[in-house]
Amino acid sequence: MIRAFGPNEFLFIVMAVQWTIALSAVAFAGGAVGGLLIALARTSKPRVLRYSALVFIRIFQGTPLLMQLFLVFFGLNIFGIGINPWIAAAIALTLHASAFLGEIWRGCIEAVPSGQSEAAWALGLGYRDTMTSIVLPQAARIAVAPTVGFLVQLIKGTSLASIIGFVEMTRAGQIINNATFAPLTVFSVVALLYFILCWPLSMLARSVELRFAAANRR
Amino acid sequence: MTAIAADTQVRIDEMPAVRMVGVDKWYATYHALKSVDLEVARGEKIVVCGPSGSGKSTLIRCINQLEPVQGGTIIVDGIELTAGPKFVEQVRRDVGMVFQQFNLFPHMTILQNCMLAPMKVRGVSRAEAEATARKYLERVRIPEQADKFPAQLSGGQQQRVAIARALCMNPKIMLFDEPTSALDPEMVNEVLDTMIDLAQEGMTMIVVTHEMGFARKVADRVVFMDNGEIVEMGEPEAFFSNPQQERTRNFLGQIGH
Ligand SMILES: Nc1ncnc2c1ncn2[C@@H]1O[C@H](COP(=O)(O)OP(=O)(O)O)[C@@H](O)[C@H]1O
Ligand SMILES: [Mg+2]
Repeated sequence: MIRAFGPNEFLFIVMAVQWTIALSAVAFAGGAVGGLLIALARTSKPRVLRYSALVFIRIFQGTPLLMQLFLVFFGLNIFGIGINPWIAAAIALTLHASAFLGEIWRGCIEAVPSGQSEAAWALGLGYRDTMTSIVLPQAARIAVAPTVGFLVQLIKGTSLASIIGFVEMTRAGQIINNATFAPLTVFSVVALLYFILCWPLSMLARSVELRFAAANRR
Repeated sequence: MTAIAADTQVRIDEMPAVRMVGVDKWYATYHALKSVDLEVARGEKIVVCGPSGSGKSTLIRCINQLEPVQGGTIIVDGIELTAGPKFVEQVRRDVGMVFQQFNLFPHMTILQNCMLAPMKVRGVSRAEAEATARKYLERVRIPEQADKFPAQLSGGQQQRVAIARALCMNPKIMLFDEPTSALDPEMVNEVLDTMIDLAQEGMTMIVVTHEMGFARKVADRVVFMDNGEIVEMGEPEAFFSNPQQERTRNFLGQIGH
């Protein structure tokens, strides 16, 4: 039975947007925590920390996101947690985001001139105060644009979770397409929804970038 | 080393502000300080000069351990720095440093720059930190800039803020690393005058500079470094009029003295 692509089908896809947003939000929040730890480890003194963080980053930057999803999905199953696409996708994307944000933020931390932390140490501030009061606030300004840029990549990356059966926008599109056989219509709608999610973020990143560029010229 | 530490306990008041004994510093394979000995008495003003790359910055950065050393002993105000990281933070609180590039915190106002360390490190109240900050901004003659950001100030003003920021920690020793080298010529004097005031108040100062007028006026001793060594050291009058070493004479000739 072939159904026509009507309002119900459209609504089914639109409703799946919430799962795309939920997965992106969870992965981004988890990735922010993980990424900060990775970035701090990468810029720290102890060799062990620096190299463990580097290995973590290299693994996740050097393998396709899809493989990471598969490994976590089937890996969880082996550990007896069972097949749960939602948890698997959240874990895999969190690890993925941790590695990428870690590397982005490492660069931002290193872009703060070394004279800044030297001045802080010379005043007697310890590592913690130097980071929270001096280095991270300055790194954060540089980080806004590339971080939002990565968030856009992450939102688009959640579409891969459809392959392990997590019903977000892309998977919803596939389900409707299987019923309606109207791939062009269906996937145009899906693509448009991604665009509506991502475009404002790209604009935001750009305006923030321009604002800081202007502030730095002053 | 133990003998020196024991000595410290007994005669802490007679202890020099800084004592460096046989200090060796390597940057990887480069020998930047070669068994340097230096003693600075309390209240003494030392000017360090020498060609670029001779180790002047390295020398004073060892005193607050911005650079770790590989050999020798450094004792600051009776505390042996080389004994461990706990002592490093203790010493840094009491040693102020002024950098060539100012290194003010650009995301904070002038006042916040001056209040941060007293509040975070000494644990003083906000009100007290602000009072202290305003007092020292007054002292360096820029009280009206307190609420501006560093980028809104001239180089000379920024460097005076940097001095005030260091003074807010009530340091016993002040280190200056070419504090006027990054300044436009017309701003050099305002910073030197601030430093002269400080010297007259009795601060212990170690100043890397090529401002020989300042050295003549303020220094108790001038130290000449070359190639990681202290080549010559003496009172300004003797140092400038009658340098003992060939390398010192060459250097003074080059900087047109
Ligand atoms: N972080 C560093 N790594 C490697 N070499 C350095 C470093 N800092 C300084 N040096 C080298 O040590 C020598 C002394 O440097 P420095 O103390 O800055 O000299 P000065 O202040 O007298 O110009 C120079 O040859 C310089 O190249
Ligand atoms: Mg130097």
